[in-house]
Amino acid sequence: MTISSLNEHDANSNKYLRGKYSICGVGETTYLRGSTQSTRSLATWAISNAMEDAGMKSDDVDGMLSYSGNDSTFAPSVAGDLGIRLNFYMDVHGGGSSIEALIGIAMGVIEAGMCKTVAIYRAMNGYSAVRIGGTGARSAAPILGDQIHHRAYGWQSAGQMFAPTFLRHMYDYGTTPEQVAAVKVAHSKHASNNHKAYYKKRYTVEEVVSSRIICKPLHLLDCCVETDNATCIIVTRTERARDCLNPPAVIQSVVGRCCKPRSDMHYQHGPISTVAGHYARDILWPNAGLGPEDVDITGSYDAFTFTTMLQLEDYGFCKKGEGGEYVSNGTIELGGRRPNNTSGGHLCEGYTHGMNMVIENTRQLRGNVDCSCPIDKNGRRQHTYNYKEGGCRQVKNAEVTANLGWAMPGTGSAMVMAKDHR
Amino acid sequence: MPIEGDYMGMILTIEDLDSENRDFFRYCSKKEFRLQRGKQSGLLRYPPTTACPWTRDRESEWIPVEGKGTVHSYVEVHHPIQPSFKDKVPYMIILADLDTQKGQPTEHEALRVAGNLMTEDGEFVSPEIIKTVGIGTRVKLIYVQVTNEFALPHWTIDESAEQPFEPWRYPQEGSNLINFRKLDMSSSLCFLEA
Repeated sequence: MTISSLNEHDANSNKYLRGKYSICGVGETTYLRGSTQSTRSLATWAISNAMEDAGMKSDDVDGMLSYSGNDSTFAPSVAGDLGIRLNFYMDVHGGGSSIEALIGIAMGVIEAGMCKTVAIYRAMNGYSAVRIGGTGARSAAPILGDQIHHRAYGWQSAGQMFAPTFLRHMYDYGTTPEQVAAVKVAHSKHASNNHKAYYKKRYTVEEVVSSRIICKPLHLLDCCVETDNATCIIVTRTERARDCLNPPAVIQSVVGRCCKPRSDMHYQHGPISTVAGHYARDILWPNAGLGPEDVDITGSYDAFTFTTMLQLEDYGFCKKGEGGEYVSNGTIELGGRRPNNTSGGHLCEGYTHGMNMVIENTRQLRGNVDCSCPIDKNGRRQHTYNYKEGGCRQVKNAEVTANLGWAMPGTGSAMVMAKDHR
Repeated sequence: MPIEGDYMGMILTIEDLDSENRDFFRYCSKKEFRLQRGKQSGLLRYPPTTACPWTRDRESEWIPVEGKGTVHSYVEVHHPIQPSFKDKVPYMIILADLDTQKGQPTEHEALRVAGNLMTEDGEFVSPEIIKTVGIGTRVKLIYVQVTNEFALPHWTIDESAEQPFEPWRYPQEGSNLINFRKLDMSSSLCFLEA
């Protein structure tokens, strides 16, 4: 047998654990600026909320994964505080391409019999300590070896590093600032219906493109918010998740830290206006047995308005080069064909390195998003599906979601989830 | 001993074991732009790496390369992040395709070299000069000395080269303009084919 004959991504095969694992609990802290507490304290807050959401006790969780850029607290301390005895833990380095990848790792670890249930968390004081925008300690750190090729040129923050890709996309395909600004318009509309969002104000295209320029093509309002918070997602077998308090969000497919031929800034390979989704989609969709047309809600990472657009394009939600049109024609807004980041995402709700978009899609699939719609006597929210300011955030008949995580143009992760139909 | 230098108030360090970067920046201090060429592939690469990405060959030699190219994309920073750049805004980071090996080994590949847009004397350029540079501008390398054994390569406008009539720039020049110069798609596409 040759390697190519193994048919690695056979859509008819269940060997990739399609449907076998689910998200059974989600939780977060308040999205804050000035948390006045440690990342350890934030982590225990979010994990407690996720366990409560799942209806789990300390004995029910025996695995833990976390990720950070050396700005968090490792799992053993956090687990100990919560009375959780771990059979497995790992703390990994990483940012926006982590959560979908770590969900895949959690599935593999449980499948290997190493533990039964994994709580994944990201705790960060991204505004008051290690600032995500790169100012403060990060910008003052000594410049070593390979970093000389960029940091010595004043090329360091995420926006600065991604800017050549964003500008080149405008050049290659005629993408306009107004088209991309529509991402902020959509996400701010969603955030206005989310009491948890740090920024709840709705914005117009004109307001985005007339806000001050940070680094071309990014205006202030093209950039995400910096916040202090922790977030948690609990993964277990679907059979077990069905015993939890809320319906499972069933994982159909994961792809993690998928890279372009060079993931660094060398740019030798391929057009720089193409991002990692170009490669990740060939694993994501066949493994899920679904395609972009089957998806009701997307969670395309919005570190910047441009990252949302680039990923939706390279994962195949529109043709290459038509991302500007796709994000500005109403498709990605609540009430549109396929809303993106219905919580307001990183641009408005809070910055969590991808976690809040998975949390939101989990709640969407449960049909129980925490908007201001009234709750009936059975504790069930009666959604109006009226998306006026301060109104509903639930997508009607949400069956399939796709999360598209971004670390940098060359590295991404993704996940498809579906509503449980037992 | 590591090579260490103060550049614009930033401490830049190349460790002893980082022989690839050490060699690269040492050549720059002699105003030589040299890149590693894989012995098996015969292909150049940038920045310095420990093996040839096309053959995994760990043997390479440092080949002098002409420091001329075309702006492929750029960064124009208006809000500084690093303290050393606070009084430099707006400043530009150029990502230029070297003429050498452009389009090889495949169509979209090029040796894309980063550096700030500088004057020929190695000073940051004025905002007026920045407004004349965009995708398509012809540029050449210059060097700014950090220590006597370490220099940084930077880009400057190649005054001797034929320049495009209007290099592509982000359509909004100021920070508070709403009325953009409309993108002329036909000329933009011509550029793509050029």
